[in-house]
Formats: sequence, structure tokens, C-alpha cells
Amino acid sequence: MNHFPSQWGKPRQENVDEYNTVPLYNNMPQSHAAAGPMTRTQQPVVTGTSVIALKYKDGIMMAADNLASYGSLARFRDIERLHPVGEHTIIGASGDISDYQYIQHMLQNVMIDQHCEDDGHTLGTPHIYEYLFRVMYNRRSKFNPLWNALVVGGVHKGERFLGYVDLKGTTYQNSTIATGFGGHLAQPILRKAVEGREDTLTEEEAIKIIDDCMRVLFYRDARSINKLQRAKITAEGFEITEPYSVETEWSFAESIRGYGA
Amino acid sequence: MSGIGTGYDIYSSTYSPDGRLFQIEYANKAVENSGTAIGLRVKGGVVLAVEKLVQSKLVVPGSNKRILSADMHVGIVSAGLLSDGRYIAQSARDEAKSWRDNYRQPISGKSMADRLGLFVQAHTLYSSVRPLGAGTIIGTYLDGEATLYMIEPSGVYWGYHGCAVGKGKSVAKTEIEKLKLDEMSVQEAVREAARIIHTAHDEAKDKDFELEITWICEESKGKHTAVPKDIVEEAERLAKESIKSEMDDA
Repeated sequence: MNHFPSQWGKPRQENVDEYNTVPLYNNMPQSHAAAGPMTRTQQPVVTGTSVIALKYKDGIMMAADNLASYGSLARFRDIERLHPVGEHTIIGASGDISDYQYIQHMLQNVMIDQHCEDDGHTLGTPHIYEYLFRVMYNRRSKFNPLWNALVVGGVHKGERFLGYVDLKGTTYQNSTIATGFGGHLAQPILRKAVEGREDTLTEEEAIKIIDDCMRVLFYRDARSINKLQRAKITAEGFEITEPYSVETEWSFAESIRGYGA
Repeated sequence: MSGIGTGYDIYSSTYSPDGRLFQIEYANKAVENSGTAIGLRVKGGVVLAVEKLVQSKLVVPGSNKRILSADMHVGIVSAGLLSDGRYIAQSARDEAKSWRDNYRQPISGKSMADRLGLFVQAHTLYSSVRPLGAGTIIGTYLDGEATLYMIEPSGVYWGYHGCAVGKGKSVAKTEIEKLKLDEMSVQEAVREAARIIHTAHDEAKDKDFELEITWICEESKGKHTAVPKDIVEEAERLAKESIKSEMDDA
């Protein structure tokens, strides 16, 4: 009987006496085989749900809730998923939280390297976006993706920038972006409210659109909570709100059997 | 076997009979020949300044920086061989990054000085390397806490309120000693630093110099950055004025 599970089901080596302990290396499993075949991340573990973002008159507005789920369990309820990089860029992350934390660390290293260069240049939003795309595409090409869908928003040289990049290295830029469930639930609302009005929407209007979308997401996305943060990026810089809640309406539930009372 | 070292200065690992290490003393000489560098640790920040002697009018202004960053919150200024200063700064960057990778925290000034001290000292131990000819001042500012350390070519380092290395270090030190560093704001410290560098500059021996000043404080958002041009120009104007009035008094 061979007691190494990694060798079960494989042809027996007739030239090796498995019961002989001398020399030892003859009956030890191959070191790489001991761990079984090489594996890659095949699913995210602790996850964040949708991120939504839009362009408005003064810049970019983005929102995400504060939940990190462990499967369907609402595991961590105080996770910040909007992350500033430099002075004029915000990255919103959905998907695997640990991969997102790795990305934060990686970008911080890049920003420090740039700071040390001391050549008067800093990375603007499009540069950070391009860098992220290269990393995400590279990792998927190694069959070892960073399991995220990221939204990159900011203002660079007076231009608003809003882009999406995900675990497959897919990218696109648009005046409205929503990841995950938001792509189904929030994107239609965002398109209707924003497209064609990017240059006229005021901050108040943008906040209303964002909050409306986040409310719908909270109603229908079972991996969301009603505790969220909103970020705006303008030419002056960025502002991220403290966690807040949107107004909800549940009285209809009273009249539905098996829903409320 | 004649001359100063009489054979005891061949290796930095060889002591002279009276207990000196000549190679390290020679490295100190290299530091003494360079333009003055100072560091001031004051209320709410650190200011680093250096008298960068300009070798030729053909050199592009602002090039060959002598004050370098090792992290967002770590500034390094060196006196002596500029290339050795850069070498130390590169090591400092590696240390800062490795600290962040390991602990997910910015490195403290104390740890940085300690790691760099070991690095510089390691260059006094082997025949395959020479002692580093750079005196290094490290300023950090983290969570409202400012630190200032200076490393010598031997690898020893001390924490300071204010320190100076290079040609004009004795002049600079007497000037720094007169200051009330604990009560001083970074803005005042920039003016004082400009004045001290101008005072320490020897017009007769060296003609041209560029003043490099950086700070780490709340105003620079906790980042090690060059002090804005207008503030430096104003500080230099005041420095020249005060030196001129002192000369008139004398």
C-alpha cells in the first residue's frame, strides 16, 4: 500500500521498493507532486458587490457599499471599496477583497516609486488605468487573474476620465459604468439619466442619480447592504463621504403574504 | 611604508596601533570637502537643506539633486560623494519598500536610520568594498511625529534636533545651536535653513551654489517635497539681507 495520496491512481514504479526506507529519496513522493497538481484561484472568496460611477458637469461620481461578503454571509460591514490613488483618481473595486487589497498595495508602491523619481511628473488617471489594465491582462494571461472588476475615475488635465477593467483584462470607457449586479440593475437607470447630459448634470442631480441606483441595488441585490460611500473627483481633488444610508420604503410588504407581516 | 598611514591605511579592516581606522577617517575627509548639508527638526516637521556647489555654468540648473526621497515621508540629504549618497538612498528605498511589503506600514525614522546605519557600517568591514564617503541626514515625518538622524561614514548614527555635515558644518552648527527648534514652525525653519546655508557658504573658495531645500510637514501633506519656489526665493532674499546687515554692523 502506498500511503501518499498524490501517487494513488498512478502506475506503480516497479524499480522502486516502496517498503524500503533506504535510500530515503527512493520512496519519497516528488516534492511538486506532494501538493497535487498546480492550481490557480478558481473563485473569489471574500467579495464586494457592485460599484457604480458616472460623469457629471464637474467630474466623476462613484459609489459602492461597505460590505464584504463571504459567500452569502454578510461577513464584514465596514470595508471601504473606494480607494484614492494620487490626488485626482479614485479606484472602486468589486470582486475579491484580498486581491483588491493587493492592488492597493501594488499601486502604492508605484506611486512611491514615482514620488522618489522626483521629476515633476505624477501619474494621472489615464496612466493608472493603463497600468491596471496591463497588470490585469498579464495576470489573466498567466491563468492567475486578480478576481476584480475595477472602476477607475478621475480628472486629468481638465478632462474627465471614467474607465472599467476586470479580471479578464477587458476594458472600456464610458460616461456611466456599473460592475457586477449593477451592470444589470443600475446601468439602465444610469444611461437614461446621464447619457447626453454629462456636461450639464449638477452635483446635486448626480448625487440623486447615484443614490437612486444604490437604492435599487440594495432592494434587489442580496449581497448588498444599506451602508455606502460616495466619492466625487473634480479638478480640485477628491472627496469621499463617510458611510451613509439611502431612504428605503418597505410599507408595501405589509400587503404581501409571506413577504412582510 | 612611509607617509600618514604607514601601512595601517591599506584596509579599512586594519586598526592602527593607537586604535584608529584610517580608511574611515579618509572617508570623513571626503565628506568634509563637500557643500554643507543641514537638517532641522522643528515643531510639526523636518526641513532639509544643502549648499549644492555648482561645478560649471554648463550644468543644467536643478540637476544632480542632493536631497532624495526614500518614501513618501522619508527625505535623505547627503554630503560627500554624490554617487555614494545615491547609493545609500537606493538602499533606503529598498528598506522602505521591504518594510511596507512586510508590515503594510510606513517605516519609522528610527528603523530607517538603524537599517542604513548597518548598511554603511557593513562597508567598513570588507576589503572588497570601500567605506562610503557620504554623511547622510535622514528626516522623516509620520503621524505628526518628526525625526532627524545623521549617519557618518563609520556607520554610527545619532538622533538630532538639528545637525550639519560638510565644509561649513562648524559654522552651521553654531548657528543651529542658537535656534529654539522646539518652538519653531517649519516656515521659520525654512528661512533659518536658507540663512544658515548662506552663512556657511564660503564666497572666497567656492563661487556658485544652488540652495536645495525640502520639507516634510502638514503643509506638504506629510510628503517629502521641495519647498515651493516662492517660499525659497523669499527665504533667500531675507537670508542675504540679514547677512548683509550683519556685515555692515561688524
